Amino acid sequence: MSKNRSMLIIPGNSPKGLQNAPVFYPDLLVLDLADGVPFEDKDSARLLVKEAIGFMDYENTQVVVRINSLQSGFGAKDIEVITPVQPVAFVIPQGSVEQLQDIEILLTESEKKAGLKEGSIGLIPVVDTVKALEQMSSLLNTSPRIKSAFFNAEGLAQELGIIRSKEGDEILYARSKFAMACRVAGMNSFDTSFIDSNDYEGLEKDCFKARNLGFTGKAAIDGRQIDTIHKIFV
Amino acid sequence: MKNSVGREIPEYIEGYGQVKPFGGALANYGERTKTSVKLRSVKPGDNKLVETIDEVLDKVGIRDGMTVSFHHHLRNGDYVINLVMEAIAKRGIKDITVAATGIFKIHEPLVDYIKSGVITGISVNYIAPGPVATAISKGLLKKPAVLMSHGGRPRAIESGDLHIDVAFIAAPTADFYGNMNGVHGKAACGTLAYAVSDAQYADHVVAVTDNLVPYPACPIEISQDYVDYVVKVESIGDPNGIVSGTLTVTKDPVGLRIAKLAAQVIEATGYIKEGMSFQTGAGGTSLAVAAEVRRFMKEKNVVGSFAAGGITGYMVDMLNDGLFRSLFDVQCFDLKAIASMRDNPKHQKMSGSLYGNPHNRGAVVNNLDVMILGATEIDTDFNVNVVTGSDGIIIGASGGHNDTAAGSKLAIVVTNLTKGRLPVVKDQVTTVTTPGETIDVLVTERGIAVNPARQDLIDKLKDTDLPIVPIEVLKNIAERLTGKPEPIKFTDQVVAVVEYRDGTVIDAVRKPL
Amino acid sequence: MKINKTAQAGALESSDVLVTVEPNPDGGIKVELETKRVIQKQFGKQIEKVILETAQQSGAEDVLIKAQDKGALDYTFRARVQAALQRASL
Repeated sequence: MSKNRSMLIIPGNSPKGLQNAPVFYPDLLVLDLADGVPFEDKDSARLLVKEAIGFMDYENTQVVVRINSLQSGFGAKDIEVITPVQPVAFVIPQGSVEQLQDIEILLTESEKKAGLKEGSIGLIPVVDTVKALEQMSSLLNTSPRIKSAFFNAEGLAQELGIIRSKEGDEILYARSKFAMACRVAGMNSFDTSFIDSNDYEGLEKDCFKARNLGFTGKAAIDGRQIDTIHKIFV
Repeated sequence: MKNSVGREIPEYIEGYGQVKPFGGALANYGERTKTSVKLRSVKPGDNKLVETIDEVLDKVGIRDGMTVSFHHHLRNGDYVINLVMEAIAKRGIKDITVAATGIFKIHEPLVDYIKSGVITGISVNYIAPGPVATAISKGLLKKPAVLMSHGGRPRAIESGDLHIDVAFIAAPTADFYGNMNGVHGKAACGTLAYAVSDAQYADHVVAVTDNLVPYPACPIEISQDYVDYVVKVESIGDPNGIVSGTLTVTKDPVGLRIAKLAAQVIEATGYIKEGMSFQTGAGGTSLAVAAEVRRFMKEKNVVGSFAAGGITGYMVDMLNDGLFRSLFDVQCFDLKAIASMRDNPKHQKMSGSLYGNPHNRGAVVNNLDVMILGATEIDTDFNVNVVTGSDGIIIGASGGHNDTAAGSKLAIVVTNLTKGRLPVVKDQVTTVTTPGETIDVLVTERGIAVNPARQDLIDKLKDTDLPIVPIEVLKNIAERLTGKPEPIKFTDQVVAVVEYRDGTVIDAVRKPL
Repeated sequence: MKINKTAQAGALESSDVLVTVEPNPDGGIKVELETKRVIQKQFGKQIEKVILETAQQSGAEDVLIKAQDKGALDYTFRARVQAALQRASL
């Protein structure tokens, strides 16, 4: 059984990052087409990620792709282009029941076109809005494809005008709510990433806190964070 | 003929002579005779101080065909090689062999002297990628260059294989009677270790200084009894090119990953222990290994006996933090290292011969437990190339590579598996610098390979969760990413002879097509 | 696929390649690779083949493809050539 302790998020338009990522042995490798890619590079990042998945030595990790939301106008094309190279899952930003329902239809169609069995590609909704947080249980039940969810505190902070801190007191409620909802649904829960990639001690504390709140794993923005995450989440 | 690492070498190389083929790292020990030294004794009242380099050239009787030597402690800030060679060239002298311990970009003027036949031979143990290295690769030098190691050069000098007519020793500080040190003066460089054999064995020894101080120039490193003449020039070097800025541990996540794996190998094989000795290079990944080793040493509360080699501020910090009892320093890389060597008796300098000469009564490398090395290429027999790029152009020389690999108990090569598009692990390296029998472990970001000859290490590592794989697997991963490189085509012209530390020929560099 | 204009994809960053495509008035697909000598010597032919095949598979005709390489691997050449061609055919 694959472990689900860590997800390393790598911008999808940087060949160097795509090539270096597997050496950190993250449980999930998130190739990012959304936040990590500027608007004008969305098309070329999509192609780069598609080609990288077929080419790179990603055997020791579960490759997932964070696509753009459908409302951004890029999401549908992301699904269409990436589905044939069969990532383990798509990560869906601004997860909402409505969007996930639409994606379910698009993805089923794309799988058919690519000759894949229906449901072979999973979905990992990102909870980064207040609405999604309060819809957690229905959100997680939208599709049988959903086995994990990802709590992104930065999105929430933006929406609410929260100023983030390393200690994370300001997101205590959201974290707790998210982690518990995932537990109830029997799903993997990934905590928001720790932003200071040079502060290993802070990261370790943050991992410990998340684990105690009920999270089963954590996102990382730098390969150097993976070992610490694996130390805490076992 | 083929030598014992399977390289095809001519039996006789024009401009070099009869070839003694490499026959194994330990094939060449035993009874040795040092060469005799010719000198002119100095009587009371004799004056050693000379006004100009030109005048020195008269005094030493410079003439066609001579060998002149230099050290590279001033690195890319050195003015002395260029100053002396300019003066020699002006006299219309030809056919000079430059025996320099190191050549850098700043020595570009040598290219013109190579073209005009002033310089027809070069012997060097460190060469930075750049104009002179490229000129050698193009075959512009009349005789093949001889690439040695830091220990091989003093061996060659002491045995008489490399005879030096005049040694020009850049001296950051000197007195009128030839005592020198490298720790004072505006061109301070720390130790003068690489010049010690030159001073002891050359027919004529000249101190070239820009900081003439009242007698005696303490703390003396090279003493007056070896020195014929002292000449003062305006400047021997540019301090900015001599010492590096702050050399720091890499922040590159992949470099750190490699460093961490390397330290875990050291720990798992039992070398993090009381009295351990350790050497690493000054590169970012090498220093990162030091940082990880430091962490293990602190955790286990062990104190090492010594760290050696070119010394950086980072190693000085480890000394001062009590992680090592002493340092052996052959080259100071930064101001912190210079100050420490000057002020701290635990920070010991060592000559090139003491550092790595295989034919003295035991070099410091023999006492090394763990050595961290780099590689431009490494083959599936663990042979390492640091001499030529994958296109066959010269980009370096052994330096201490094959000395420390041979001496240390655990020689670890740390490198990225691929550098950009270039695979580092290959079926065959372009040039062999260090024989695979002296390399124990290869650590890359995509896996670790242990030399099958080291069954003891394999046994110790097999129950760890370290990613240990056969080296062929690493080669295949590299080639899957980069593609299989097309072989580079070479002409038959030998442009450089790669001598192993014992003076046998381990490879020949041919001119690329 | 008709190439209507000049377009680029990729970047001059380490491990990437900047691909510029433009209509080729002389007809056919022409590939121009700019890279380090050490890469050219060992991988030049392989890279040019990857670029050419990618262009053919994309159905591009009459195009001049210039690749300024910074040590990219094959998959990056494929992705950047496809992206540049798509942008030029809009």
